[in-house]
Amino acid sequence: MNNEKNKILKEKIIEKIIFIFSMFSIFSLFLIIMILFRESLPSIKEIGLIEMIKGREWYPTDLENPSFGFFPLIYSSIYITILSLIFSIPLGLSLAIYISEIASEKIKSILKIIVELISMIPSVVFGFVGVSILVPFIQKTFNLPLGYCVLTASIVLALMATPIIATLCEDFLRMVPLNLREASTALGANKYQTITKIILPAASSGLFTAMILGAGRIIGETMVVLMLSGGSAMIPENVFDPARPITSAIASEMGEAVKGSIHYSALFAMGMILFIISIATSIIAEFLSKRYSLKLGKGR
Amino acid sequence: MKNKIMLIVAMFIQASFLHSEKIVMEGSNTMLPIAQRAAEVYMKKFPGKEVVVRGSGSGVGIAAIIDGNCDIANASRSVKQKELDLARKKGKELKANIIAMDGLVIIVHPSNKIENITKEQLQKIYTGKIKNWKELGGDDKKIVVISRESSSGTYEFFLEYVLDKKRVFPGAVMQSTTQGIVNMVAQTPAGIGYIGHGYISDKVKAIKYEGLEPTVENIINNKYKLARPLYMYTLTNASKEVLDFIEFVKSPEGQKLVEEAGYIPLKK
Repeated sequence: MNNEKNKILKEKIIEKIIFIFSMFSIFSLFLIIMILFRESLPSIKEIGLIEMIKGREWYPTDLENPSFGFFPLIYSSIYITILSLIFSIPLGLSLAIYISEIASEKIKSILKIIVELISMIPSVVFGFVGVSILVPFIQKTFNLPLGYCVLTASIVLALMATPIIATLCEDFLRMVPLNLREASTALGANKYQTITKIILPAASSGLFTAMILGAGRIIGETMVVLMLSGGSAMIPENVFDPARPITSAIASEMGEAVKGSIHYSALFAMGMILFIISIATSIIAEFLSKRYSLKLGKGR
Repeated sequence: MKNKIMLIVAMFIQASFLHSEKIVMEGSNTMLPIAQRAAEVYMKKFPGKEVVVRGSGSGVGIAAIIDGNCDIANASRSVKQKELDLARKKGKELKANIIAMDGLVIIVHPSNKIENITKEQLQKIYTGKIKNWKELGGDDKKIVVISRESSSGTYEFFLEYVLDKKRVFPGAVMQSTTQGIVNMVAQTPAGIGYIGHGYISDKVKAIKYEGLEPTVENIINNKYKLARPLYMYTLTNASKEVLDFIEFVKSPEGQKLVEEAGYIPLKK
């Protein structure tokens, strides 16, 4: 009897500990939001958030007349993200289709391990490979004055995002119920027809979710763009121009900005914008994946 | 059991106190070759002393010494009024110790035919008015303008003494370290950049500025226009360890290391 009570007590204690740990992560999230907001307040008050987002000139350390325009930085971030999605979506999606629908069990398991290994490579290694191999290659191939540009950064980011998109897409493809495939085959459709006409449409919102999560990963990536995009705070006119995305601006300027200055605060405001963008992508992704489960009759 | 834990805790506390004897240097990336050499030799000469060196930029170093995160701030520029005010607000006073001289060197790719550049030409290049080497008598190539990040003391020196505080145009490519500039110029046939004297190498070509080569003689005789002092800032109430180290750098032995690092020792 006593023993039984002890067991219950023990369980309760463990439960409480786990609860405290989970609260801790939520608490730290709130703390981050609060700090972001509090630190970015001076620049928002001084210049105005809309003014900063619209501003086209980023000269935070100009001695007489500094200007804090985020537009070139936000534009660069979005430009690089979209370009690398253009590379990584076809790659990731076809890889996922191959793994989940076509490959034999053996190839499937090998491919999955490889994909997982790629996604474990630290981003600084990707950056390093980019600097030593891709930069000179791009410079020579396109006869550019400089190999550090939007295109180089996008290609390396696409390589990083492909395994993530592939893994997620594969998960969603696997969720398509077997009876849909069986019905399709029974009606005389071949594999190609089944994939394009049945499986892909059924999984469409799930696949979209995977792509949005991939975009969130790309836009927040820092090391690769810091090393490869060239770092010019200009609005890139084409893919061969250098650029300075939000993340690399924050990473390279945070150390120097005098604490409490407008520059320091503006970097926090930039971080807040980035945070809002990634929160928005995750909310959209969450919403879509819920709809996806409902569509497949898995709503709870 | 309890006693054992106490003992371990006590040991940790003691260890952390012992560690507080180490000297932390933060700041100028240009001065990294000097700082590293000096630290290595100093630690070899006086076993038990520890000197930690970081080189994230002069601005970072000065910010760090004001915040109490380092003991010596290396700076390739003098401290700004704003920074002095900030330090005073925190009840700290900075003391400038000039430990070496440097000449800012303009570098291009070895294949570039340009031999000399004037202040006016540099201004036009860095503000985006001259865009092609052709305009300066070179090959028909679009100039790739390479600059240090704005945290760099070298950047601020360049801004003040070459650009007359005009803005670097946004198309300039930013590098966070001097070595980064050297590597990029070496990789880029149409590139141009500026570096500290200690980073001159065979991979790039140092060109004349206003008709004068950035040689040690020209810098010592104050002929070369882009000569500048290099500072190690300390707090006025710095510990004896820190002062000893500064004395070491200023001593003949330290000045020899300055020379080995490619910079110009102080006049005796």
